[in-house]
Amino acid sequence: MDKKLLEKNKCKNCNKEIDPDEFLINLNVCPKCGYHDYIGARERIQITSDEGSFSEMAQDLNSVDFLNFYDLKSYSSRLTEARLKSGLNEAIVVGDARINGFRTSLGVMDFSYMGGSMGSVVGEKIKIIADYSIANKLPLIIFCASGGARMQEGIMSLMQMAKTVSCINRLRENKIPYICLVTNPTTGGVSASFVTVADIIISEPGTLFCFAGPRVVEQTIKKAVPPDFGSAERNLRNGQLDMIVERKDIKDILARLLKLFKN
Amino acid sequence: MDLNEIKEIPKNYFKETLRSFFKLEKLKRISHFSGVHFDDAEKELAKKIENYKKVEKEAIKTWKIVELSRNENRPHTPDYISNIFEDFIELSGDRQTAEDKSITAGLGKINGTTVAVIGHNKGKDINERVEFNFGMSMPQGYRKSQRVMQLAGRFGFPIITLIDTPGAYAALESEDSGQASAIAKSLLTMFELEVPVIVVLIGEGGSGGALALAIGNYVMMLENSTYSVISPEGCAAILWKDPSGSKLAARALKLTSRSLLSMGVIDRIIFEPLGGAQADPVRMVRILKRYLVLALDKFKNTDGKHLKEQRAQKFETMGFLAASSQDLFSDK
Repeated sequence: MDKKLLEKNKCKNCNKEIDPDEFLINLNVCPKCGYHDYIGARERIQITSDEGSFSEMAQDLNSVDFLNFYDLKSYSSRLTEARLKSGLNEAIVVGDARINGFRTSLGVMDFSYMGGSMGSVVGEKIKIIADYSIANKLPLIIFCASGGARMQEGIMSLMQMAKTVSCINRLRENKIPYICLVTNPTTGGVSASFVTVADIIISEPGTLFCFAGPRVVEQTIKKAVPPDFGSAERNLRNGQLDMIVERKDIKDILARLLKLFKN
Repeated sequence: MDLNEIKEIPKNYFKETLRSFFKLEKLKRISHFSGVHFDDAEKELAKKIENYKKVEKEAIKTWKIVELSRNENRPHTPDYISNIFEDFIELSGDRQTAEDKSITAGLGKINGTTVAVIGHNKGKDINERVEFNFGMSMPQGYRKSQRVMQLAGRFGFPIITLIDTPGAYAALESEDSGQASAIAKSLLTMFELEVPVIVVLIGEGGSGGALALAIGNYVMMLENSTYSVISPEGCAAILWKDPSGSKLAARALKLTSRSLLSMGVIDRIIFEPLGGAQADPVRMVRILKRYLVLALDKFKNTDGKHLKEQRAQKFETMGFLAASSQDLFSDK
């Protein structure tokens, strides 16, 4: 859970005071204004899959600082920091799960791990879970939360865009249904790869879902972007999303979709 | 060493090293006056400053390549098209909403074989540059590229792509038309193709906008081209918040052809005439034609299914990582 929020007991969006227990029960959604706040990968898996049904895979994969990338800190030290902050090994958790009894492959990203950025490990884990889906004829569901490609891995991060799309291509050839959940934020290299080639794209309300971020666009067009730039609602109007679903209804929608695809 | 000599690197990068430099000077003065020596400390600090100088040197060297890749006299897509391919006919439009001039696409012949050629077009003069949006594409450009690639796929024409873009065009209209989706779909389309795809990076390989056309069976790169997940300026703005950080960022990103070859991201470097392609554009075009013919020849007897598999295999093995605490690299 977001410790900062619990300490201040105030919603990031409406700034009203909220009871931390109520916030938790409400799945990290503000009971006053409905703002969908950050939720970690483990919590997301807990609220989405049937109790005890999730079995994790590929948890032993770790990133390496192969470029010896040093901005103000080394990539290695940032990785250590991220592990301590999020409690995860990397920015995505993958495994096998059941949703209302329907078995599925599941991948969940976590924004608290280096902003959910995609590097070699995220790419490899997506490949592993895609291969698993094909081998076991299971649908694939991915929850995305990412600021885009991981700069510290340079060109290899860009290649992960290609790698993940190649895996989705093979999923499609094998008639495996693939559902992607867009959560806040979903931008850059992940938007322009495995997210937008999904069969069904569902977003939570109020998500930032775009390719170039608002500041980059403002620099390009030399004026302010509209207040709803990149919002889920704007994306829905522009035909980029199948639906917007509140967090509390996601498990149900997924189960219903899995039932339809099971045919 | 004079602090004022340090020009190329932003001061916040090696804050520690600069502090070390001051410490070293202080220690030397103390040694001079008190007779007490700090040999180990001095050695360590001197080493740190040596490292700093090395980084500065590498950054300047890398930046020269970045500048060459952007040189406006470097041969661009239209130069290669008009001098390499016979009977070239340009195709226009994405068949949906618009014609995006930042990508030039069409059909032509090379050594008697019909091929589809698709390349980013930065424009020749100031008017063209504005009209072609400096080679930065909107969704309509990627959709045109997809359309022509699918056409080529249907008729069994090999595809050649020429990459030269600062990146995808980050305008509001791009976002509203589905920029993310257009790039992703472009990648997907290229993985579906059952014809040989030869990719050549001829200038700037700007991130997703470049990758959208760069899923090839064989990827070549001109010696002084660059290929990066983010521009050096973008990287510097985010990481160093100092404009001079661009040179540092370019070095850190390892975006030169030599680095990319050693990482297995590209298959071949095409060496340029002495001084760079802009010094002898006619010769550069001839050199590229030779390599294109060789590359096409390499794949002419491979069937569609194997071409798809080779391409998938190529990109799905990219990445550097380790399993648990052991240093097991699984790389290409």
